[in-house]
Amino acid sequence: MQASPNPELSVKVNAPAGAATTRENAASIPMRMRISKLNFYYGTKQILFDISMGIADKRVTALIGPSGCGKSTLLRILNRMHETVSTSRLEGEVLLDQQNILAQDVTALRRRVGMVFQRPNPFPKSIFENIAYGPRINGFKGPIADVVEKSLRNAALWDEVKDHLHKSAYELSGGQQQRLCIARALAVEPEVLLLDEPCSALDPISTAKIEELLVELKNLTTLAIVTHNMQQAARVSDFTAFVLTGQVIEFNPTPQLFTTPTDPRTEAYITGRFG
Amino acid sequence: MGSRSFLSKLREGDEIARLITFLFAASVVLITVLLVYELWINSVLPRHKFGLHFFVTQVWDPVVDQYGALPFVYGTLVTSAIALLLAVPLGIGASIFLAELAPPRISDTLQFFIDLLAAVPSVIYGVLGVFIVVPLMRTVIYPALNKPFGYLPIFKGPSYGVGFLTAGIVLAIMVIPYIISVSREVLLSVPRDQREAALALGSTRWESTWKVVVPFARTGIMGSIFLALARALGETMAVTMVIGNTPQIKASLFAAGDSIASVIASQFTEATGDLYLQALIELGLVLFLLTFILNGLARLLIVVTTQKGSGKGNQ
Amino acid sequence: MSARLRWRKFVSNFMLTMTGVCAVVSVAILFLILGYLVVNGGKSINWAFFTQLPKPVGEVGGGMANAIVGSAKLLLVASLIGVPVGFLGGVYLAEFSGAKVASVVRYAADLLNGVPSIVIGIFAYSMAVLPFKQFSTLAGSFALGLMMIPITLRSTEEFLGAVPRMLREGAMALGASKWKTISTVIVPAAYRGILTAILLALARVAGETAPLLFTALGNRYWSPGWGQPTASLPVMIYNYALSPYEDWHRQAWAAGLVLLGLILIINILARTILSRGIAVPRG
Repeated sequence: MQASPNPELSVKVNAPAGAATTRENAASIPMRMRISKLNFYYGTKQILFDISMGIADKRVTALIGPSGCGKSTLLRILNRMHETVSTSRLEGEVLLDQQNILAQDVTALRRRVGMVFQRPNPFPKSIFENIAYGPRINGFKGPIADVVEKSLRNAALWDEVKDHLHKSAYELSGGQQQRLCIARALAVEPEVLLLDEPCSALDPISTAKIEELLVELKNLTTLAIVTHNMQQAARVSDFTAFVLTGQVIEFNPTPQLFTTPTDPRTEAYITGRFG
Repeated sequence: MGSRSFLSKLREGDEIARLITFLFAASVVLITVLLVYELWINSVLPRHKFGLHFFVTQVWDPVVDQYGALPFVYGTLVTSAIALLLAVPLGIGASIFLAELAPPRISDTLQFFIDLLAAVPSVIYGVLGVFIVVPLMRTVIYPALNKPFGYLPIFKGPSYGVGFLTAGIVLAIMVIPYIISVSREVLLSVPRDQREAALALGSTRWESTWKVVVPFARTGIMGSIFLALARALGETMAVTMVIGNTPQIKASLFAAGDSIASVIASQFTEATGDLYLQALIELGLVLFLLTFILNGLARLLIVVTTQKGSGKGNQ
Repeated sequence: MSARLRWRKFVSNFMLTMTGVCAVVSVAILFLILGYLVVNGGKSINWAFFTQLPKPVGEVGGGMANAIVGSAKLLLVASLIGVPVGFLGGVYLAEFSGAKVASVVRYAADLLNGVPSIVIGIFAYSMAVLPFKQFSTLAGSFALGLMMIPITLRSTEEFLGAVPRMLREGAMALGASKWKTISTVIVPAAYRGILTAILLALARVAGETAPLLFTALGNRYWSPGWGQPTASLPVMIYNYALSPYEDWHRQAWAAGLVLLGLILIINILARTILSRGIAVPRG
């Protein structure tokens, strides 16, 4: 099958290194979270239209699409952060392990579905205290220092900070702060980790480090990432959803979406014709 | 030729305007310097006679021309401490509600009323103190505290309605608006994603507020407390009307006392003799220095926090 | 839900409710104050209050006409002192001065603003009473005027500074000199904010008692001219409230209601003017 009738592809997309998903084994991967017929409103304005897709277990799912078309909104629904806005309204179902997240206690849910934000936002505490915060409020009784070390190792930050654990988190560089935020989120052992454009405020080197990290993290947890950088999605993810004006236009294994997109709008986006 | 003189006339007009406005601006600096100078010069007699002993002498006896500041410093500190003890929890609690919980319109409306509370003059608080708090103290508060806890030094002895506790209560009411306004603003300047990060880790709303947002703003909140303290120290009328005007140091909160500001207010016009008057002026100088330091610290703390809120997270 | 989570949620709801209680209590205090004043003061306000002089000590009746007029006179001259200094000083800071001078002036103004009013009274005493060996309306006005300066100055500077560049540049491009630009374009654009500041400064000093205690002193009769001690509302309230006479207590409540009413009205007026927006076109 041809990638595109147009020989002047402006984006050269290689088969992603970390993702081993092919169309054949995609069907056998279970979905950790499932979204069905989701409609979302801010007051009377509808933002998301009839969304149905899944978040694959122990894989990276990327949400791509032009700015302002609902990718972040969709992501934030997965840990019910949309509820911080009082006018938000939701119809449809979002399941985590076959249970509707909207019917559960939100505080318990958010421990299971963690989030890393666009700009690094460490607390005004030491590195140690930042990571210890999550376990502590959830009543963790064991040796907290072990949890902190494990999380920092998982976030590939341990070697850089192990001798400075009690320094303020603000003394770290931007890239380090973001990895700290990842470690902080990992400390409560979430089943799903949501990342909302985690590299958009970082330099290329930090970005590369985090992309490597994300592929590693698949062993620990399920990941969903919003990114406006298509190449990043192609490099890092196993599944990709293309979101345009509040709808999921296409949701497929990443290699397939990028080489043989089923929808012409997807193709137009990934070849750079808009967005 | 004509254009040059036109231009120079123009410039002259500007120069005059610059000069005139400069003079007025400079006069502000001049006034402030003059104020400190006058306080200093007009307290020379007691400073020479008593030196630093002024601050540790308990005796204040105009009859024998003996003046010591200790009872007034004590009274000022005790009433201010009581005021803060009562006002800080209430004020910070209210500011948390206004900044974190209340929808913006309600928050703004309530803040509007709080600002009006700050506009009520001291003498009116004094009137309320005299006619409402004093009887309340005699009939309700004193029995409630003295009967069960009268063995404690702070609750011992009789009460005539006026005294340290009464003044402290009135002061607390007066400084609450300052704590609320400043703390609310400081809390509102904490970046949204701090709270969201806490919530995303599975915190309850209270946990995210108390363990993340408030600590982020703690320097500014400290600043609001310093501001409230500075206000409490300088408060004159309301305190004068309910403290009892008795220069004495007593452990009991129900005892009558005096504060720096209130002794100046009540004795200034009756001061006979230069030493007496200047001793009061020296007290004024002390008060000036105390509020000067506190206000300076407060400003520093508040500025640091609001800058932190807008600047951080950009690394 | 685990027991621990249930407890955490309970604590959360409880504490957040408590903060609401704190807010309600704080605001309720305002209404309590107003309530007491209206109830106790309302029944004592009558025509006599506004038109009659105080009766001799111990006699029932009379009013506070001299205090009302006295306060008005004090505020008038205080404005004549405080407003020009504050306003023109603010113009200098916003339009002419360099950064260093500006920060010195601002610092002095903030310092002055933080001085306890009783200390301002001492200063005014040494500057305006001692040299003339006379308590007077002018001395009282001097004290109050000083207190008006910092608010007026800082606000003038702030509101003038908020006027957008394009307005200034438009005027200057037409050949207007600097001071003409200021007086015909910039000040009118900022007038709302400046007016508000003046009103708020006025409201603040209208209720001040301490600085008047040893400058304007007090007077049971009319105060002719500006060089005599004068009665004022706040001082009268102070004296009457502390007296042993029931009738004077009654009058103190009434005066308190009048004073607070005036101050609150000025405050609300000022804030409404400000919230209507500053008269500047959007780019």
